[in-house]
Amino acid sequence: MSVTNPESEHGQSRLWTFHGGLHLPDEKALSNDQPIEPLRLPPLLVIPLRQHIGAPARPGVRVGDQVRKGQVIGTADGYVSAAVHASSSGTVIAIEERRIPHPSGLPAPCVVIATDGQDAWAPLPAPLTDYPHLDPALLRERVHWAGVVGLGGGAFPTSVKLRSERHIETLIINGAECEPYITCDDRLMRERSVQVLEGARIIRTLLGAERVLIGIEDNKPAAIAALSAALTQSGPDPHIRIIPVPTRYPSGGERQLIRILTGREVPTRGLPAQIGVACQNVATTAAVADAVLLGRPLITRVVTVTGRAVARLGNLAVPIGTPLSHLVAHCGGFRETPRRLLCGGPMMGFALSDLEIPITKAFNCLLALTAAEAPDPGPALACIRCGRCAEVCPVRLLPQQLYWHARAKAFDRAQGYNLFDCIECGCCAQVCPSHIPLVQYYRFAKNAIWAHEEERRKADQARARHQARQARLERLEQERQSKLRKKREILDDTTAATVPGQVADGDLDARRALIEAAKQRAAAKKAAAQSRIEPVDLG
Amino acid sequence: MAPNAAPKMTAAILSSPHGPRANRVDQVMLQVLLALIPGVLVMTWFFGWGLLINCVLAILFATAAEALVLRLRRRPVLPTLGDYSAVVTAVLFACAIPPTLPWWLTLLGMVFAIMLVKQLYGGLGYNPFNPAMAAYVFLLIAYPVEMTNWLAPHLLTQHHLSLTESWRLILFGALPPDLSWDALSAATPLEALRGQLREHQVMDAIRGASWWGSLGGRGWEWVSSAFLAGGLYLLWRRVITWRIPVAMLGSLLMLAGLFWLIDPQHHPNPAFHLWSGAAMLGAFFIATDPVTASTTPRGQLIFGAMIGVLVFVIRTWGGYPDAVAFSVLLLNIAAPTIDHYTQPSVFGHGRKS
Repeated sequence: MSVTNPESEHGQSRLWTFHGGLHLPDEKALSNDQPIEPLRLPPLLVIPLRQHIGAPARPGVRVGDQVRKGQVIGTADGYVSAAVHASSSGTVIAIEERRIPHPSGLPAPCVVIATDGQDAWAPLPAPLTDYPHLDPALLRERVHWAGVVGLGGGAFPTSVKLRSERHIETLIINGAECEPYITCDDRLMRERSVQVLEGARIIRTLLGAERVLIGIEDNKPAAIAALSAALTQSGPDPHIRIIPVPTRYPSGGERQLIRILTGREVPTRGLPAQIGVACQNVATTAAVADAVLLGRPLITRVVTVTGRAVARLGNLAVPIGTPLSHLVAHCGGFRETPRRLLCGGPMMGFALSDLEIPITKAFNCLLALTAAEAPDPGPALACIRCGRCAEVCPVRLLPQQLYWHARAKAFDRAQGYNLFDCIECGCCAQVCPSHIPLVQYYRFAKNAIWAHEEERRKADQARARHQARQARLERLEQERQSKLRKKREILDDTTAATVPGQVADGDLDARRALIEAAKQRAAAKKAAAQSRIEPVDLG
Repeated sequence: MAPNAAPKMTAAILSSPHGPRANRVDQVMLQVLLALIPGVLVMTWFFGWGLLINCVLAILFATAAEALVLRLRRRPVLPTLGDYSAVVTAVLFACAIPPTLPWWLTLLGMVFAIMLVKQLYGGLGYNPFNPAMAAYVFLLIAYPVEMTNWLAPHLLTQHHLSLTESWRLILFGALPPDLSWDALSAATPLEALRGQLREHQVMDAIRGASWWGSLGGRGWEWVSSAFLAGGLYLLWRRVITWRIPVAMLGSLLMLAGLFWLIDPQHHPNPAFHLWSGAAMLGAFFIATDPVTASTTPRGQLIFGAMIGVLVFVIRTWGGYPDAVAFSVLLLNIAAPTIDHYTQPSVFGHGRKS
């Protein structure tokens, strides 16, 4: 049957664990009973051209253009890039820099659309329902066109992940949703379970994977039940299994979930494909199904609006580009002024500066925390080396050593302690009795190292250019020298043959004869030239 | 690194995670103090008011020393005093010294522990040595007579010092009239054992002595049991992990057991080792001091086991009856090296699974 006891099928005997992790108050009950609601169309849509990892999309519209819902307004610029579409119909009123959801808080180019309220669709490509018999390239092209990116937060263009040089044995669909508060994937799995399963089948076909494991944390029994029911209804599928995993943050981390379900560790700096695994988020999977089976681009996503500062909590189907203020208004505003306004969950989310920021593809949760929910941790105290951080680190790092070295700006040391394996899950900072903002230190160290490497790369380039120039000049000089040397040698040879000892009289005569002959030839040439010119003068 | 590459650390408050934190240093220290209560009460029961007086004096001196040195270092005083780490140091020190130690030695010890061993190295978190143990060893070497002048436990003596008598003894060195030190004091079990073994007595004879109890020395075994109970509380509350105490007591148990099996007439049974001296206090409260101990999982096992080995070696063949303080200090200085060579294998770095 469908909720698989992993012992029963496919020889998978058990679940594995990862080191550390935390049991956190999950706070999901605040919003997981709220069905996904449609949102009234906002008057303005602010659609960033870069909502993904990779190159920003190239704007394909101009100010004043009429656009329709689903129309491409920015085309993918290269392989690792994603298209963006108009989420509703209306007029492009600006293409300019606006603030987007990003930890830096910096603005980025956006297409601003004044909606016309018609919500009129652009012509959409034909559904590809017969996908098992179609060219995989066509399906990938469709997903590429639809602008699907990783909706779990990574925002990596999905079409890139649908091709693998290596054999993919296992496709993992990530429905863990381990961050506290967030319930958008939970609701999506409950309400769009068929679409999730269809998407999983499509991706499995594309990758040629033998099995699909859908991993869901066991604090979401309704989602597990809904997907299982959908799987039963769709007829037996020996390839797909739904596996409840123990609720422990950060089980939804890609590498952690792969470890839990397969027992294997993705090599550091490697990709899951290296161990025959591909991983996709449930919402991404549903978006792939929409693109392939309905011909619809990714123009809405489910966003959880939660936190005790919000008046009416819920899960909303939000057109991409909707300003946050519109969501907040829909939810009845704030009950009290939020202490923190976050994109994402409390463990990894980042602070938002204002409410005019638009929803993007990877924006899963608008979290408005009260002062009680996000108390001021107070000033950081000295590290007492208690080692709680190392106990909870899911990557088995030594966070306090990283902290010492990051703080001392001993970045090479920090790298020696594998700084770049840190996934910034926040477990260490969460348990730190000294309330040290550990993750902040790691980000600081990483950024400093990146900046340093960039500098070094530029310096290396400059040095390489300089060395190449030096080498070229030297080579030219050597060539010149060797030419000179050859000439001199030839000269030396002739002199050697003639000068030393007696200069033969016959030799001298021969030379004189040669010179004489040359003079005569020159005179003849001159005469000939003049004779050729004269007739022209006469004529 | 270019200075402009540094982000503003003042924005740290906006860094994830954003939720309430699970723990705080002062809560950790209060848990440790709570766990010390059974040991302190049992010691007071067996050795009189002196222990409590020493606790009070040590806490006062430690707090004053910390406040003074923070003043001198121009650091905020109250937040640091509020982490209670100086209080923990003071109580551990008070549990280690003889209950009638003259007050000025307690003062000297606390000034040494807080000002030199702790704050001179940068304060809590930076000190390489356990302050309480460093102060204990300093006094033991500098004032061996005062530091080995232990009272006889309650069960073995006729006279029990009253609260006033204890104060007078500690503050003025004044014994109650008609009493001599000989009537009050007694060798600790480890000292007595050592002396008698040196006099070529065999264990069969030593076991008949009045001070011999069922696990350790009479009275002392209860003190050790009380510290064991406090240690188990710390384990239960996850203030400490099992590795250091288990490794330390385990290696002590194994070595003591080995020699006891080979030569039971010249070696006490392993339980005696565990329930005597500062073995329990050391295993759960001193070797586990996070600042000065090893922090990697394997490193903690090595750290604890080496302390156990040193305790046995010094107790058996060394110049002192007990050796927890020396062993802890020796391993304190080795901890960074142990940590360096015992880093856990990081996720995805090719661990056999």
